[in-house]
Amino acid sequence: MPFLTVLYAYLFYGAALVFVSGLTYKIVQYTLTPAPLKIPTTPAPTTRGGVVLRMTREVVLFESLFRGNKWTWMFGWLFHFGLFLVTLRHLRYFLNPVPAFIEFIQPFGVYAGFAMIVGLVGLWSRRFLVDRVRYISSRSDHLMLGLLLLLGVSGLVIHFLFHTDIVAVKTFIIGLYHFDFNPLPGDPVLLLHLALLAGLMIIFPYSKLLHAPGLFFSPTRNQVDNPRERRHLAAWASRLERS
Amino acid sequence: MAKATFKVPVLSQYPEVPAITPGSMAHSTPFQAKPEFQAALGFPGELVENWQERAIEKMGELLTRYRSLRVYLDACVKCGACTDKCHYFLGTQDPKNMPVGRQDLMRKVYRRYFTVAGRLFPKLVGAEDLTKEVLDEWYSYYHQCSQCRRCSVFCPYGIDTAEISMAAREIMDSIGVGQKYCNEIIGKVYTVGNNLGLPGPALVNTLEGLEEDVFDDTGVHVRYPIDQVGAEVLFVTPSADFFAEPHVDGLIGYGKVMHESGLSWTFSTMASEAANFGLFIGSYENMRRVALRIREAAIQLKVKRIIFGECGHAWRVGYGFLNSLAGPWDFLDPRYPVPQHICEFTWDLIQQGRLTLDKSQNDDKVLTFHDSCNVARASRMGDEAGGQFEIPRAIIRATCNHFYDMDEETIRDRTFCCGGGGGLLTDDLMELRVKGAKPRMEALNNVIQEKGVTHMAAICAICKTQFSKVLPFYGMEMDQIISLHQLVSNAIVLTPREDDDDGDEGAQSRAENADEPD
Ligand code: HEM
Ligand code: HEM
Ligand code: SF4
Ligand code: SF4
Repeated sequence: MPFLTVLYAYLFYGAALVFVSGLTYKIVQYTLTPAPLKIPTTPAPTTRGGVVLRMTREVVLFESLFRGNKWTWMFGWLFHFGLFLVTLRHLRYFLNPVPAFIEFIQPFGVYAGFAMIVGLVGLWSRRFLVDRVRYISSRSDHLMLGLLLLLGVSGLVIHFLFHTDIVAVKTFIIGLYHFDFNPLPGDPVLLLHLALLAGLMIIFPYSKLLHAPGLFFSPTRNQVDNPRERRHLAAWASRLERS
Repeated sequence: MAKATFKVPVLSQYPEVPAITPGSMAHSTPFQAKPEFQAALGFPGELVENWQERAIEKMGELLTRYRSLRVYLDACVKCGACTDKCHYFLGTQDPKNMPVGRQDLMRKVYRRYFTVAGRLFPKLVGAEDLTKEVLDEWYSYYHQCSQCRRCSVFCPYGIDTAEISMAAREIMDSIGVGQKYCNEIIGKVYTVGNNLGLPGPALVNTLEGLEEDVFDDTGVHVRYPIDQVGAEVLFVTPSADFFAEPHVDGLIGYGKVMHESGLSWTFSTMASEAANFGLFIGSYENMRRVALRIREAAIQLKVKRIIFGECGHAWRVGYGFLNSLAGPWDFLDPRYPVPQHICEFTWDLIQQGRLTLDKSQNDDKVLTFHDSCNVARASRMGDEAGGQFEIPRAIIRATCNHFYDMDEETIRDRTFCCGGGGGLLTDDLMELRVKGAKPRMEALNNVIQEKGVTHMAAICAICKTQFSKVLPFYGMEMDQIISLHQLVSNAIVLTPREDDDDGDEGAQSRAENADEPD
């Protein structure tokens, strides 16, 4: 068994473990932390259904960001939508047989790769060009953009310049499901692509990438505006009433 | 022009986002609370010995109490959408007054003590120890946030810097570093019953005086009752309404509306304050203690309904939190929301045709309306989302012939704070207050120039006080800010009761074109 195959296999097990356990921990923590007061940013929906709609608009369209800054919205949305399509396209490496829908979007996935990169470059340039954004950027913010950019670029390089044996990649991944190590092609760009992915999975639960689950737990966005109709009381606050 | 020891911003027609000037407001700090005022609120009198440890401990506790704090400290991606949204940044150019800059003051400490990345790689993720310098910075910049929530409107995750400012103030209080203005005022509510420290007998006197004034003015006996057991409605209003201009003209209006409604109603000495500064210092316990006075008054006076007067943050606490803090309100009449806003009440009467309004009484004014932050972004009126924008405007349109809104980008949920909210309405923060008012002053100035606006109406005691103080710095008159219910008061045509003096001519002529209430 080639050394690299084993190394990458364990790298992915490790990264997946960190990702899943770290993220589960955060989600459980968010769930268990109460929101003692009703603080939706108003005007807010007065029904559950309305909140689902509001949240959907935030997740799919980045509604608040659109109101806040058109440039950031444009680049940010390009990046995320690109990322989303690329991820869907990548499902072909993980699913056997490949569902028809995933087959269908394959060609779009490549354009999405470009969209993602345009978005990332736009977002990154704001960190240099806009003095306010420069002021708030820390090293980790730059590194994170660098990592995603490199991930995207390496993917496109594999696609257009240095092809790899996709069938072997898929066999390797599917094999990981049942601890069956199949040889991974040794192309350096592929190895880079995969190493970056492992890095992304590892930092996800420990970084600002928590914005993805965080949005769903944001009380200003997920609360129903009905405080006069229903009494809202956190467990710790109700203890004050008994004393 | 009022005299200033600092540079008053120049208003421009098209608002522009300034370049950042680091440290430009680092000198701005409010007076600290004296030990005796801290104790009354359950806080240590001065900076405790092991303050660093205690602060981190408190932060840990708050992180388990408030999901908002936990999620918001984690989620920010530094996208920058909020950076040009805070009136204090726009007025001072200090980057620590950008909402994310303000949050980062706490986030860097959070990362250092509560996250893996910050413990292992502090430099990389911008994590820092809680040093005395950091504490001083907290004290300064967490008292440069009016908790107006404008930033939360534009943040893609709804990150509300107000939540973080409140937590920071609570942490500072818990180690003995409190702000004089807020904490002294809360103390006064506990000992006297209201923010201004007006004792019961003084209130009774003031209200009697008002009844006489209104009678002299209108010839109609409008009553301003207090502590009347068995009244239908308990009226809770900010104590500024009892005597200060322009607030009291609004209070006169509430009384006239109540008079026309025919309902029995009463103020209360126990609940002679709608304001609840417990909100500003982020203290659930203190906020609850203040709110419970309203419950106590409602029980004592055996009322069936509660109505709140014009006050922004009080309405946030009233609308959004009163049920949590001091509920359940099952002993009140279930047909009415608890509490109701006076604007909701007045608008209901107008819609039912039960108020006779003579708009021409306000023809000497051209109006605009200032949406107060806490009403706009933290509460509602009526049944529909956004009623908090439509109902006050509908009342203005029903009572005035000339009304123009300011620029859309500066009203409704995008409204700019007056610059004095969140516990900053104190003279030791004058520079901040004047500079923070700039975006609102700009929008106001534009409608003054373009539409000939003469007055701005508001429904918040803090906004009214703040504007009376800062308008002169910008070359405007202090009396250009008025209470919304002053407009109602001017326009309302009163219905005389039997005990009114028949000989009074003013009453006669008014009574003639008054419709009978149904
Ligand atoms: C529920 C899913 C998600 C939502 C709603 C969401 C939303 C957003 C929004 C609104 C922004 C701010 C605008 C921008 O800079 O693009 C943002 C930034 C960012 N997102 Fe997401 N995101 C999601 C998932 C993800 C995932 C899965 C990743 C990465 C693998 C990611 C990576 C990033 C990064 C790196 C930034 C910062 C960009 C910068 O530095 O300017 N997001 N996200
Ligand atoms: C286990 C996970 C992954 C594997 C096995 C993988 C593998 C590959 C392979 C083999 C290609 C070349 C496709 C071709 O030649 O047609 C590729 C392309 C690409 N990858 Fe990945 N990748 C993974 C995760 C990711 C992630 C997380 C991102 C983005 C954040 C990404 C972004 C891209 C992009 C933009 C392309 C080029 C466009 C495309 O062919 O879809 N990849 N990837
Ligand atoms: S809540 Fe208001 S004052 Fe505070 S940072 Fe946000 S915009 Fe500024
Ligand atoms: S808008 Fe929200 S996510 Fe963006 S920098 Fe401001 S606080 Fe952070």
